[in-house]
Amino acid sequence: MIGASVRSEPVLSITGLTVPLPRGADRANAIEGLSLSVGPNEIVCVVGESGSGKSITASAVMGLLPPNLSPSAGQILLQGEDVLKVGPARLRALRGSRMAMVFQEPMTALNPVLKVGDQIAEMLEAHSGRGGREARRRRVLDLLGDVHLPDPPSLAKAYPHQLSGGQRQRVMIAMALANDPALIIADEPTTALDVTTQAQILKLLKELQARRNAGILFITHDFGVVSQIADRVVVMQKGRLVEEGSAEDVLTRPRDPYTRMLIAAVPRAEPPPPRPRRQPSAPILAVRDLTKTYGGRGLFGGGRAVTALDSVSLALQPGETLGIVGESGSGKSTLARCVARFVDPSAGHIRIGGDDIALLPTRELRPYRRRVQMVFQDPYRSLNPRRTVGQSIIEGPMNYGLSKEAAWARATRLLDLVHLDAGALDRYPHEFSGGQRQRIAIARALAMEPDVLIADEAVSALDVSVQRQVLELLEDIRERLNLSILFITHDLRVAARLCDRLVVMLGGRIVEEGATAALFANPRHAYTQALFAAAPKLRVAQE
Amino acid sequence: MGRFLAGRLAATLPVMGVVAVIVFLLLRLAPGDPAAILAGDAASPDQIAAIRARLGLDQPILTQFLSWIGRLLHGDLGASIISNQPVAKLILERIEPTLALATTTIVFAVLVAVPLGVLAAWWHGTWVDRAVMAVSVLGFSVPVFVLGYLLIFGFAMQLRLLPVQGYVSITEGVWPFLSRLILPTLTLSVIYIALIARTTRSSVLEVLGEDYIRTARAKGIGETQVLWRHALRNAAVPVISVIGLGIALLISGVVVTESVFNLPGLGRLTVDSVLARDYPVIQGVILLFSALYVVVNLAIDLSYLLFDPRIRY
Repeated sequence: MIGASVRSEPVLSITGLTVPLPRGADRANAIEGLSLSVGPNEIVCVVGESGSGKSITASAVMGLLPPNLSPSAGQILLQGEDVLKVGPARLRALRGSRMAMVFQEPMTALNPVLKVGDQIAEMLEAHSGRGGREARRRRVLDLLGDVHLPDPPSLAKAYPHQLSGGQRQRVMIAMALANDPALIIADEPTTALDVTTQAQILKLLKELQARRNAGILFITHDFGVVSQIADRVVVMQKGRLVEEGSAEDVLTRPRDPYTRMLIAAVPRAEPPPPRPRRQPSAPILAVRDLTKTYGGRGLFGGGRAVTALDSVSLALQPGETLGIVGESGSGKSTLARCVARFVDPSAGHIRIGGDDIALLPTRELRPYRRRVQMVFQDPYRSLNPRRTVGQSIIEGPMNYGLSKEAAWARATRLLDLVHLDAGALDRYPHEFSGGQRQRIAIARALAMEPDVLIADEAVSALDVSVQRQVLELLEDIRERLNLSILFITHDLRVAARLCDRLVVMLGGRIVEEGATAALFANPRHAYTQALFAAAPKLRVAQE
Repeated sequence: MGRFLAGRLAATLPVMGVVAVIVFLLLRLAPGDPAAILAGDAASPDQIAAIRARLGLDQPILTQFLSWIGRLLHGDLGASIISNQPVAKLILERIEPTLALATTTIVFAVLVAVPLGVLAAWWHGTWVDRAVMAVSVLGFSVPVFVLGYLLIFGFAMQLRLLPVQGYVSITEGVWPFLSRLILPTLTLSVIYIALIARTTRSSVLEVLGEDYIRTARAKGIGETQVLWRHALRNAAVPVISVIGLGIALLISGVVVTESVFNLPGLGRLTVDSVLARDYPVIQGVILLFSALYVVVNLAIDLSYLLFDPRIRY
């Protein structure tokens, strides 16, 4: 495709860029001798895991490096102008006009107290001015229309919290497009989004780029995304470029082992052969007609009631992994929180080994707390930063009467189970990577010897390569411990890999249910089919 | 919103009721007998008993309480035991200096402290930051009366720039009014400056680390704009909370300051009434303060609406 055609002057050309890390970091340079270029109308994906230096690269181009980092060598040419040499005023003039950025977290990247229209208008105001207030207003409405947001005039007056994640990311993109930049840097722009939203945003970026002739530097850790959007691919590992080439070449004929590993880590949307079925027995967890309504019952009545869960019923057999698949707002997390009784259900039944705990008052819940344990999405926030790993793991069992020695011995065994060194017990969470922390969180949950383990998007915040390792770990320990798992995810591919049965949720209801292989072979509900269509697929098969 | 307001105002009634009961009981349980104080040192037990009977203090506590509450519900705060003047009238006479001092103090403290806090956050880790923090520690540490006397000694007695003490109503001229409030305001506001500056600094610092500040910089807008348009409004809510808290604490702060500067305000009225065990006056003043406290808190909660569109009542 692009690789063979004659290319015009690149919009971005990085040569020999080196950014040293402060003393005491795990390596000398965040980026070392990096060279890459982005042509007009070209999407270049920079791929790597957390810590590969890909986001530092983006920040360096934008001149937004944190104060303790500054490039020591190399040049960054934006349409021929070295952004490392220009003064702060010129750099500001380039930012937002000739180059613009779309960030990962649409939830936090927009100012919560300003209307989105004003935030886009500010971009115009800061640069060309665009001929006065009225002209700017019209341009904002055009931009909102360009990114396919409904009803631009009223949307421009909305605040970010009134929009969905996908809508906010569209606003970010509209903002980036405002001054027709030559270069758009997108830093994991779809990682925080649902799969169907991700597919829409990727489509939008491709469409806009083709229409406006802009070059896009697209940063991602997911080769599934790469295969959908990239013209060319740059693979980074530990600050160095390890492979570069056209998307087709890199995806079909990866040369570097690291690239091969990243590609292999992309979860396939095809389930492995089903595990042998045990003989059916009494379910360990049975949920019947579970309903949760929020709001509408304030001190003075009235208000808007939201039904987060609407008569949901399901059963989990001992040793089974049941996947609950759905997008933001589908009610899947509310279901998990109700089962764990972190929130109180409005109506229905939750039977754990025969006892109905759905409406039990908090003080009578204590014996059941141990039996349902949860692993949360964000391993950076779910462990107490001021307690050692050991303290975090033994706290629960000791609460339920285990002696300190026994709890400590159990913690040591569990760390071994999750493939961590026993030395980890005396260290603090910040000393571990995201994947390691999630292993610790799993060990902590298992220390309670629960009947049911709930994994609430437990691998969603992890890089695909780390995600694969954690999934392998879960596969391994559920066999060894005969664990019953409620696995909550928005990602069908991940669910396919781990779950025996699947439940698909939409708007607080279960819309489809079945054995994983059967459901994948023949999705019946339109929403399930849409989820399948949106899941990123590697567009080329590999060995 | 209207429902929220109605609910909050309705909720003040039980609060005030509890305050009334506690104040009434505490005063009765505290040692000291207003009749004995009123009668003087040379009075005989019979005379004291007669005064007690006249004031109704010989009745059971419950009877006394019910008759006080009964009058209160009709809007009657009662009359001073000592001067026989209606409590409402006494409070009205004394409220002006206190309101004047409280207003100048809060306005001055906010005008000084918020910019100091913002500067400290903006120049985080530099000498500016350290200087502001040092001033803040100093402000917390110096007792109000020490600072008051030092200011009087310096500005009023040595330099003779300002009057030593007293109060003149604003109706008698702006400068005479202000000149007598400058030293008390300085004295009283120091601790609020320390408190508000610290809160502003940490709030702005936190906001400056947010993703949307990075977004603002990526837009290519200037640093001043980043601060004004994107940081300050987001940092406002904690600062407003602490200002509200400050207004509530001010009520106790004025007592000492009014004594030091001899301002005839509610603080002085409270002190004098406590010393004389003038029960009706103390009860009236404390009820007024608690009502103010509730209203100020409500106003603060409402002001959040101006700063954060995510807050809805």
